[in-house]
Amino acid sequence: MAFFRTLTLAVAISGLSSLAQAETTLLNVSYDVMRDFYKDYNPAFAKYYDAKFNDKVTVQQSHGGSSKQARSVIDGLEADVVTMNMSTDIDAIVEKGKQINPGWDKKFPNEAAPFSSLQVLIVRKGNPKGIKDWNDLTKPNVGVIVPNPKTSGNGRYTFLAAWGAALKQNGGNEAKAREFTQAIFANVPVLDAGGRAATTTFMQRQIGDVLVTFENEAEMIAREFGRGNFEVIYPSVSIDADLPVAVVDKVVDKKGSRKAATEYLNYLWSEQGQEIAAQNYLRPRNTAVTAKYAKQFPAVKLFGVNDFGGLKAAQKKFFDDGAIYDQIAAEIAKKK
Amino acid sequence: MKFKQSSVLPGFNLALGYSLLYLSLIVLLPLSALFAKTMGLDWSSFWATVTEARVVATYKVTFGASLIAALINLFVGLLIAWVLVRYPFPGKRFIDALVDLPFALPTAVAGIALATLYAPNGVLGEPLEKIGIKVAFTPLGIVLALTFITLPFVVRTVQPVLEDMEKELEEAASSLGATRWQIFSKVILPTIFPALLTGFTLAFARAIGEFGSVIFIAGNMPFKSEITPLMIISKLEQYDYMGATAIAVVMLVVSFGLLLLINGLQWWMAKRLGRRK
Repeated sequence: MAFFRTLTLAVAISGLSSLAQAETTLLNVSYDVMRDFYKDYNPAFAKYYDAKFNDKVTVQQSHGGSSKQARSVIDGLEADVVTMNMSTDIDAIVEKGKQINPGWDKKFPNEAAPFSSLQVLIVRKGNPKGIKDWNDLTKPNVGVIVPNPKTSGNGRYTFLAAWGAALKQNGGNEAKAREFTQAIFANVPVLDAGGRAATTTFMQRQIGDVLVTFENEAEMIAREFGRGNFEVIYPSVSIDADLPVAVVDKVVDKKGSRKAATEYLNYLWSEQGQEIAAQNYLRPRNTAVTAKYAKQFPAVKLFGVNDFGGLKAAQKKFFDDGAIYDQIAAEIAKKK
Repeated sequence: MKFKQSSVLPGFNLALGYSLLYLSLIVLLPLSALFAKTMGLDWSSFWATVTEARVVATYKVTFGASLIAALINLFVGLLIAWVLVRYPFPGKRFIDALVDLPFALPTAVAGIALATLYAPNGVLGEPLEKIGIKVAFTPLGIVLALTFITLPFVVRTVQPVLEDMEKELEEAASSLGATRWQIFSKVILPTIFPALLTGFTLAFARAIGEFGSVIFIAGNMPFKSEITPLMIISKLEQYDYMGATAIAVVMLVVSFGLLLLINGLQWWMAKRLGRRK
């Protein structure tokens, strides 16, 4: 008996002492390419939070493919915040898992996307095939490396970028856009499941003449493979990929971590947060920071997913089973 | 009056109960969850999902490549087991340990290693490309990855049977004037055949479900080199849980049917051989 009493007492005391220290732990469930950014951002945020609230916060990270990460949250991974590369991934958590309340994109500025990226073309050193714009990707002797739009957000953005570019050139003619996009995808020799795998195929296996990927991934390639090994080509138009974030309502209410979680995301819009983003080649929202890093972000004419009626409509029109992308893939296979 | 006869070996009830409970928790429960999830689909949409042209193309790739890989290992695995059992040579233990390596390696690592090796700029891929053979990012690459992954199954099932075989049988056959081929086909093969078949079945079943090693070397081109597990993943990426489980159920049913068939064949063979004895 006495033993048990001591034990309960010990537990109670340790519980109290941890309360006194008031240490908060957050879990940020994010996608692959964000690893580098949050590695820089988390310590900066912890410092800020400690200074402001006299409270220590530790942020744990979980990375993987964006949709896969969203599925983990739906299936019960207790994330305090999610930071994804497509709003549809967060919408899925709202609809399927109900852990996030509807209207999450109104809770932070810029439709809850603290920074954006865009699709660029990466070519081999000296640009031997003379690739300047999307049109060059339709030429028959050009190998295009793109991740699979069925399994990768990066691939979906690429598809939409090509489609949108074709629309712009052809005065909105959808049949022409379809032909154009099909010609690009007919040039794809290997269809990797995700953005990182596509980078490996292009840089390590030396397959293809051009890799289409996010601007910030180009910076990762530069750090990994050296800047002299490739060139980044900015096409005449590209797609604005907003990278959204959200607080996971159900989890923060249960854990009592709403304040820290909200603060964590809010700080992304702070000058320091935006600066860290810019250093990781994510395009900041803050105009002052944008001006400071203007040199590394060439101006590109952009269109947004809203031109497709939002990502949800685009998903349905292009990427659902049997939709346009599947039809194109079938036609390409038939011709070969 | 005693309710039941007690066995010489006590503990049967307990052991059986434990086995059933364990199997239920580890195997049946997850599998029934799979079926339960598919129940959300009505029959026509289930059928539409699993017979879609692109999905059907992946069945052909997956089952075809798995069959080829298992057949290759049926012969190569037997050969390796034979050499390991019958001949002493330096470094035998090392080679023996090497056989298990595909088991221990994370399959994704195996896939990346194979892709690096056989890519057009790889150590083996480059000379092969020169003579016109493309391995990486073609269906051939899928067969290669599956062959690598499933090699231990045949070797490890045949090896102990070969070891246990009585040399006297072969010697008797030889003294009765049998040729080498006759000894092999009439004496050795019937003895090891059930084990070979088991190894083949295990290799085949394992290959069907393989994802990690294949995905990096397949190229994943629609209608050409997409495997069925990739279809499941791509359904999941669209949050189409039911569609994904529907395809999984098809794989499960086909695999189970094949396993049952081969097990039946084995049982029939054992009975026939037993009678002949």
